[in-house]
Amino acid sequence: MDSFPFELVSPEKLLVSEEVQHVVVPGSEGEFGVMAHHAPFMTTLKPGVVKVYKTEGGEPEKLFVKGGFADVNAKGLTILADEATPLAEMGVDRIDELIKDAEEDLEDASTDDDKLKAELRLVRLRETKAVYF
Amino acid sequence: MASLKDLRNRIASVKATQKITKAMQMVAAAKLRRAQLAAEAARPYAERMERVLANLGANLKNSPDAPLLLTGTGSDKRHLLVVATAERGLCGGFNGSIVRLARLHADKLIAEGKEVQFLCVGKKGAELLRRNYGGLIREKIEFPANQTPSFASADGVATKVLELYKAGEFDVATLFFSRFRSVISQTPTAQQIVPAEVPEPVEGADAPDGALYEYEPSEEEILDELLPKNVAIQIFKGLLENAASEQGARMSAMDNATRNAGEMIKKLTLTYNRTRQAQITKELIEIISGAEAL
Repeated sequence: MDSFPFELVSPEKLLVSEEVQHVVVPGSEGEFGVMAHHAPFMTTLKPGVVKVYKTEGGEPEKLFVKGGFADVNAKGLTILADEATPLAEMGVDRIDELIKDAEEDLEDASTDDDKLKAELRLVRLRETKAVYF
Repeated sequence: MASLKDLRNRIASVKATQKITKAMQMVAAAKLRRAQLAAEAARPYAERMERVLANLGANLKNSPDAPLLLTGTGSDKRHLLVVATAERGLCGGFNGSIVRLARLHADKLIAEGKEVQFLCVGKKGAELLRRNYGGLIREKIEFPANQTPSFASADGVATKVLELYKAGEFDVATLFFSRFRSVISQTPTAQQIVPAEVPEPVEGADAPDGALYEYEPSEEEILDELLPKNVAIQIFKGLLENAASEQGARMSAMDNATRNAGEMIKKLTLTYNRTRQAQITKELIEIISGAEAL
């Protein structure tokens, strides 16, 4: 299977930059997989886990992202994450903190739009916690 | 003339000062390296962001649905100057030169009949601006000194700026910081952050054979999220450049101070030895002439 260049950057550093086979990304409209020769595509991300398959059928490398953007083009996949941490290094207290932030945002939200956004984020964070922690 | 004891004390005190400036120089050198590494690590994100923004912005610039952050409010009457400086002094002309540039800018705008407000990031800038523009300082943001700026702190500044923008408090925001060129050269720089300046897309780089981009959700919604993030990134970049510049400036200032102290010690030691010799000679003359008188 063809591989393609994949980059994961957070504002503070470049976390991953390598050739990979398959990446699963938590897009805001649903998870999606990217393989080589994917059509140009751009989306926002929701909080969740990015799974990076370096080899076919191998164990994926998992990274938590708090949100951000994914950009697929002819040069490969680039994820601009607001905050990204390898799942193994991520403590339960950090995700609890994020859940608490989201809860507070939900309380503070004044418009319906903000409320909806905060709620979606909260649900996603809880799901992520349930599955991975 | 100063007595021998006074001179000895002076020399001891200058030596102590020299030790301190020398230590500060070495600390600044170590911090400079850390600040440079942080600035380098942040570069990839900013680059990718620019590319994505160039792609999206060019398509939407003229659309009526384009967000306010991209098109601006249509006027340029009220300006917000975001002045980023250090938390501490003793770094040569670093704070002064940033504030001077901001002041020039502000005076020009005021002369043109525009309204100016300041948002000070860092304690020193606020202190220097308070005298001339006390009433115009909207907000002061201070960070714990001795830390490389984190993205979270830059995000905090960006949130403040965006809140003011949303509330219609200003039309154009400009960030003032010092660009790091080398240890001996830092250039104060003004950069417009709101409305966003969209970089020119690189021709044909991202859309080979005219493949169409698909957006999820819509282009407008993505841009709506991307632009505030871009403001945060620009501020983050500025703060990191500033951190490196500050340490660079402090390093050369402290190097100068150490050298000056060295020269002073040399001069004082010379005077000390002369005075000592003069005194010995005087004593000898006194003894000899006393013996001759007998």
